[in-house]
Amino acid sequence: MSNIIEIKNVTYNYVEDEVEYTAVNNVSLNIEKGSFTVILGHNGSGKSTLAKMLNGLNRPSSGDILVDGINTRDEENEFLIKKKVGMVFQNPDNQLVASIVEEDVAFGPENLGLEPKVIRQRVDEALKAVGMYEFRNSTPHHLSGGQKQRIAIAGIIALEPECIVLDEPTAMLDPKGRAEIINTILRLNKEKGITVVLITHYMEEAEKADRVLVMNDGEFIADGTPKEIFKNVKMLKSVGLDVPQTTELLYALNQNGMAVPTDVLSIEETADAIMHYLEEN
Amino acid sequence: MLKDITFGQYFDSKSVIHRADPRVKIVLLVAVIVFIFLAQNYWGLLLSALFVLFSMIITKIPVKMYLKNLKAVLPILIFTAVINAFYGEGEVLFSIFGKLNVTTGGLSHAGFMASRIMLLIIISATLTYTTTPNDLTDAIESLFSPLKFLGLKTAVHTIAMMMTIALRFIPTLVEEAEKIMNAQKARGADLESGNFKEKIKALIPILIPLLFSSVRRAAELADAMECRCYNSGEGKTRMKQLRLHFRDLVITIFTLCFGAGIILLNIFL
Repeated sequence: MSNIIEIKNVTYNYVEDEVEYTAVNNVSLNIEKGSFTVILGHNGSGKSTLAKMLNGLNRPSSGDILVDGINTRDEENEFLIKKKVGMVFQNPDNQLVASIVEEDVAFGPENLGLEPKVIRQRVDEALKAVGMYEFRNSTPHHLSGGQKQRIAIAGIIALEPECIVLDEPTAMLDPKGRAEIINTILRLNKEKGITVVLITHYMEEAEKADRVLVMNDGEFIADGTPKEIFKNVKMLKSVGLDVPQTTELLYALNQNGMAVPTDVLSIEETADAIMHYLEEN
Repeated sequence: MLKDITFGQYFDSKSVIHRADPRVKIVLLVAVIVFIFLAQNYWGLLLSALFVLFSMIITKIPVKMYLKNLKAVLPILIFTAVINAFYGEGEVLFSIFGKLNVTTGGLSHAGFMASRIMLLIIISATLTYTTTPNDLTDAIESLFSPLKFLGLKTAVHTIAMMMTIALRFIPTLVEEAEKIMNAQKARGADLESGNFKEKIKALIPILIPLLFSSVRRAAELADAMECRCYNSGEGKTRMKQLRLHFRDLVITIFTLCFGAGIILLNIFL
């Protein structure tokens, strides 16, 4: 399968109070078309800085990022890159431009200069894809955080991107809103085939990913499937991440001499594993 | 207090006025305001009141919404009425300090002015209640589009965009201001007591965090807009095209009849 994003030896430095810091340090990564990648990291690990470089919002200090073969340094293709790689941020309130849901979703396609009929069609499709069609004439201000964030996602989908980068989209939401967003993202990935890069510090959100990367101090320190990553409880804890409670339980049981498998994730699987162990012993 | 601000809030009651062209609505609002100012006598005011009442009915917006708007400007209404009560001729009813006379003419004038302001506020509210902020800014952009020939193309678009964003963020910032106020109150800030100067001083710990967060919001919004291919309106199209319909003609004729009525009343009464 081909790659939608290729990150080649990318470093990002910034200066604050005349001191130079390195937020992202010589990172390389390929993101396959149609995949669901999660980048995990605690605050200050460089994950948001990396995210903003994926569609050219920030440009690397050194190294290159190619989106579908186009370098993000290429100013002439600035909008083409942003159209291919959409980005959703943490605070839904700060992403919505218009006071009516459908007018907000139309903002992107309007900027592309599409025909009114085409815009209408894209807006309706995008709102249906995130399950907010019936709210098309509402005011975002009167909706919940999860609903507002889904509208922000619709606003990006209306640009028909090949890839969506979500930078901590659930950080400001309640558990219900978080579930709404994760389910929406999964559906877009599976049903519409949109490549998803999810950046988060909630480990549960990585469970359904194809690939998980752990970022710390501007570098990737682990790369694998969710099960491979979550097994390594010690490493995750050392970089300030909380492992899912099920993994934590199995890890603790193992530490105390119960040989249960540590690479299961869901609550059901964990219960089965423990039962299985108890039956055998 | 902050929740009383209803300006710029669209109320979707799906009336014929909602569907009318926003450009027509803006132009007609300006015309109606001029007509109301032209009314010289109580008959003219009565006709204006009937026109405003009729507009209120066809917008299908609850009267409560209009009253809320009036409540917010009550101090201005009272102030205008009181000041006007002292300016007038006729029989002196009573006087204050020996020099300020309240006369029958003054009272009648005060009532006239207060009613006129009320009518102006209600008729202006019909525009913001029945028109989405985006429609409003589209209409303003369209009405000012002749300026584009003077080389002000981006300026017109930029101003329209600024208005859209300002309207969009009013409720967000009001909510934020309330949160900050509560947070400061929880820390013992006293916002209610004290004289005027002290009250103004007490606002500083609210305004500074609000300003900081607004700047941060603006930066994030700029990123989000850039991600949605915003290019200062270059080559931008619209999902909702503004088009004149038969109903716009009907509303215009109706408003012009009202204007003619006012002028006739001025001449013959």
